[in-house]
Amino acid sequence: MIKLEKVTKVYADGTRAVNGMNFEVEQGELCVFLGPSGCGKTTTMKMINRLIPITSGNIYIDGVDNTKINASELRRNIGYAIQEIGLFPHLTVGQNIETVPVLKGWSKSQRRERAEELLELVRMKPSEFIDKYPNELSGGQRQRVGVARALGADPPILLMDEPFGAIDPINRVELQSEFLKIQQKIKKTIIFVTHDIYEAIKMGDRIALMKDGKLVQYDTPADLLYQPKDEFVEGFVGADRALKGLQLLRVKEVMTGTYTTANIEEKAEVVRKRMEAEGIDLLPVVDNSGRFAGSVSISDIMSSSRAANVKDVMNQSEATSDVNAVLNEALSLMLSSGLKTLPIVGEDNRLAGILTFDAIQEALHEAVKAGGTK
Amino acid sequence: MRRWIVLVVLLIVLVGLTVWTTSAGDIGIFHAFTYGDIIVHSKDHLIMVFWAVLIAVLIGVPLGTLVTRPRFNRISPLVLGGASVGQSIPSLAIIAIMATLPFSLFFFDFGFNRETAIVALFIYGLLPIVRNSYASMNNINPALIESARGMGMTRWQIIRKIELPLAIPVIMTGIRVSTVVTVGTAELAVLVGGKGLGTITFTGVFAREVMLIIQGAAPTAFLAVGLGVILESIEKLITPRGLKIKAKNS
Repeated sequence: MIKLEKVTKVYADGTRAVNGMNFEVEQGELCVFLGPSGCGKTTTMKMINRLIPITSGNIYIDGVDNTKINASELRRNIGYAIQEIGLFPHLTVGQNIETVPVLKGWSKSQRRERAEELLELVRMKPSEFIDKYPNELSGGQRQRVGVARALGADPPILLMDEPFGAIDPINRVELQSEFLKIQQKIKKTIIFVTHDIYEAIKMGDRIALMKDGKLVQYDTPADLLYQPKDEFVEGFVGADRALKGLQLLRVKEVMTGTYTTANIEEKAEVVRKRMEAEGIDLLPVVDNSGRFAGSVSISDIMSSSRAANVKDVMNQSEATSDVNAVLNEALSLMLSSGLKTLPIVGEDNRLAGILTFDAIQEALHEAVKAGGTK
Repeated sequence: MRRWIVLVVLLIVLVGLTVWTTSAGDIGIFHAFTYGDIIVHSKDHLIMVFWAVLIAVLIGVPLGTLVTRPRFNRISPLVLGGASVGQSIPSLAIIAIMATLPFSLFFFDFGFNRETAIVALFIYGLLPIVRNSYASMNNINPALIESARGMGMTRWQIIRKIELPLAIPVIMTGIRVSTVVTVGTAELAVLVGGKGLGTITFTGVFAREVMLIIQGAAPTAFLAVGLGVILESIEKLITPRGLKIKAKNS
């Protein structure tokens, strides 16, 4: 747990970068520091591991005042990742990840094992990458190694300063999702600095929105979106907050779980009759073990021979979305593929449900109405 | 590759010139110096260069590093300026001034001896080392220092594990330049009693015998080129492997 008490930073030139900041970050929570540049978010973060000395106030880590701990010792127990990544170019990927374990005096085999474990965690093959040099990696790979290095000695706390800021948008979304999965496994207490509201909503358990060195609102993403405290928050969140709210919802919370399906072995004619009776014009098709196989439409069946099976007429190359995807990703897939009904698959490509525009609209409406209290 | 061929050819030519002038026997009314003389003078020459460069490294690298620290950053113009003044004074003048200094410093007296020559050469060779140490330590990506600090390295650990390994190629270049320059300048050491290959060259100068001048100059040039080649190889050898790989674009 991290607790900030009247934390203030005044620079030598008189600038008040942080002004009386009070709040707590719970164990295992990912807290996003959000705000425009110059709001004091990075300064606040760097006072936690004492890269910037505090002017007045206190920061407690698990109840201990952080100025009472030797600065290097403190930092070795707090993971640190920055936008520029800062991998050491003269050291291999493995040596980079082992930086803090070396400082802590771990044995060679213990360090190596940890480095391999962490490379697995960030989905990089240890045998392929451990002896590579940073200059041999792509931007996304470097960023992964940066995260692995921050986790090097398994610190309970992680500070991340715009860790995905320098990555192109497509890779960034992927890295964010991957990191969220990792966080579900490792459950660290994380401070995550960003100025990107989308990133904040997607990543944060809680968001600390700052302005001019002060904490404006400290809430869950939903509360921040739907119950903004003042005009500044409202402005920062933006007029399209209903759309941003899409990021808060997972496909599995919105999809329709009970639905009619067709089996690949069924006669197409039989399926057509069923579809007409229920007034549906597109049906997901599953194989005998419930795996998603494709979709079939009435027009597909009409244009085929009467004796055909479903598997002969169905369309195999349909887009699908994962149950754990965030709603805006699924929606943009529906928009770009032109599908009115998006099949949703879970583990092992098993059909889990379908997603429709109606369901999305309803869910958003509910969320706005509930005012983020859910 | 082509550069190496040129260097080898140059070294062979210099050896040839040395052999040619030495085997001439009598030069005008003088005897040519013998191979034994050349070897003894070369040894003296190298000893002076060795000490001068060693002291310049021991003082120049820490000094160049020190002025990159925030606390001493203000005096960096002073140090770099001072070092470049040292080199902008004509080498002959430095050596002459040194020889006339009327006081003793630590364990030796200035005067007409080898120590004086070494101190003069050290002053002259300091600049490339200080300048390159300063530039390389000052140009290290601040993000690397920041993440090293953020991970809990102490100041000394950052210097030893991060800054020095990254700076070493450029520092080595400074040492190489300094060495090559000092080999040439050490020709003048004989004027203040320092011996070395200058003994042969200046005999030729005073006697107005070109053959003798060549007999001293050729081995000097050989040493300068040879040391340059050796130090460049060392430089390549100790450059960390990760720095030799070009960064990918993405």
